[in-house]
Amino acid sequence: MAVAIAMDAQTVTAWMNEIAASVRAERDYLVQLDAAIGDGDHGINLNRGFDAVTLALSTEPDGTPGKLLILSGKTLVSTVGGASGPLWGSALRKAGRALGDEPTFDLAQLVDAMAAALASIQDLGAAVPGDKTMVDALEPAVTAMRGGLARGASSGEMLRSAAEAAEAGMRATIPMQARKGRASYLGERSIGHQDPGATSTAMIIRALERTVAGTP
Amino acid sequence: MATATRRMRKIINEPDQVVKESLAGLAASVPDVLRYDVANQILVRADAPVKGKVALISGGGSGHEPLHGGFVGVGMLDAACPGEVFTSPVPDQMLAATKAVNGGAGVIHIVKNYTGDVLNFKMAADEAADEGIKVEAVVIDDDVAVQDSLYTAGRRGVGATVLAEKIGGAAAERGDSLEAVLGFIRQVNARGRSFGIALSSCIPPASGNPIFDLPEGEMEVGIGIHGEPGRRRAPLGSAAEIADIMVEAVTSDLAAKAGSNVLAFVNGMGGTPLLELYLLYGEIDKRLRAAGLTPVRNLVGSYITSLEMAGASLTVLELDDQLTALWDAPVHTAALRWGG
Repeated sequence: MAVAIAMDAQTVTAWMNEIAASVRAERDYLVQLDAAIGDGDHGINLNRGFDAVTLALSTEPDGTPGKLLILSGKTLVSTVGGASGPLWGSALRKAGRALGDEPTFDLAQLVDAMAAALASIQDLGAAVPGDKTMVDALEPAVTAMRGGLARGASSGEMLRSAAEAAEAGMRATIPMQARKGRASYLGERSIGHQDPGATSTAMIIRALERTVAGTP
Repeated sequence: MATATRRMRKIINEPDQVVKESLAGLAASVPDVLRYDVANQILVRADAPVKGKVALISGGGSGHEPLHGGFVGVGMLDAACPGEVFTSPVPDQMLAATKAVNGGAGVIHIVKNYTGDVLNFKMAADEAADEGIKVEAVVIDDDVAVQDSLYTAGRRGVGATVLAEKIGGAAAERGDSLEAVLGFIRQVNARGRSFGIALSSCIPPASGNPIFDLPEGEMEVGIGIHGEPGRRRAPLGSAAEIADIMVEAVTSDLAAKAGSNVLAFVNGMGGTPLLELYLLYGEIDKRLRAAGLTPVRNLVGSYITSLEMAGASLTVLELDDQLTALWDAPVHTAALRWGG
């Protein structure tokens, strides 16, 4: 069995703040990645969205972890635009619903929530691994979390392996030819560039690892 | 990408206020045509909602002006939802617009085929349906530079969007039913094809840097409308050579019957002057006629742009008598105005 750590609403708020901080720090890097195969606004849009999430959570801090994730997702849908707004927005809402109304959640519930997020993104975006999208980072991360849960890994070990898997998936997008999203219009010219959506997704998983490890 | 490296020469105040300030300015310039709902960031026809009329809404990222706000008014759109530059608007805007223009005869969302636009409009349509408003969406995908296959997000929506908004808007204005208006918009999408080239990149205000660098003497072939690179890079051709590429790409895919009447829309990407667009139109007009098509209507100018990008696109729409009459019908918007 996994070590019984209980995560709560504060965990969600800390995770969202951690994402906002890393997106802000890497904003121009994400813009550069997107300029190569998209239109160069990914960092700007996510920065606007997660800053709005931080603000929303600070003005409505009370609620269960599930409620706060749903609020975060709604805020992203309302502020990001583009494809990443609906995709991450719906993902966080589905993750929040998966957590239900309980005041705390454990590692197994966290894995369920992340699996629900992945399912939502694949459902809306119709992307599969290998399409050069955020799925290429998120899918291996969820698989790594499931594996960690099955072997009774500690929360730190499980999330470290998830973050590493997401980053490996992110790097694996470089030689891929995009089949979804705006980069797909470039055809073969999309090869050789790291996908910005996979990159921000890896940042979101790394932020989760730092949050749960408690060592930002 | 520090501020010091910025190469932006734009008439703006703060980069993050560009869209809002531009919308306010547009509304100030045509107060008889439309109003700007600041809270919802939408542009709404001045007399909306028009009771009993099918309402047309479009939207998308900003940076394509006059699309879409410049096409709000009598005989065209009832509302436009502008997002940030090159970024799809959010469902809240589309839902607010849908409620603001719903005249009880149905609402049509005209959506350009980009993943973000399609997802956000779908979310808005679902919410509108929950509130009892009948919404239909037409996704425009006329760009022949992209193959519609499992390996892409499908063809992009470009120039045919302008023609669909004009023709659908005219049908709605004369009182056609929801089904009839939808039919005309779908017909424009089915019988319209586009292809574009770029001679320069463009600089989104928020990043302050060109999206790509195009060396002297080269052009991007098969571009969209977001300053993104095209399908391939080629040596910069003469107007005649560019017209050859455009007409071949569009007519071979459209496969119109010989002798067909067409509307030829030569569109500037934002940074190419009318001097060149008219010249290009002349080259295209000759080639269309040589291909057995008669350009009985045309539109020349910058109507669906990519900020200050230099370049042009060609859209050819196969016309019939009904579409021609709807094209000729009166329109009163900031960017298109005739008849009436």
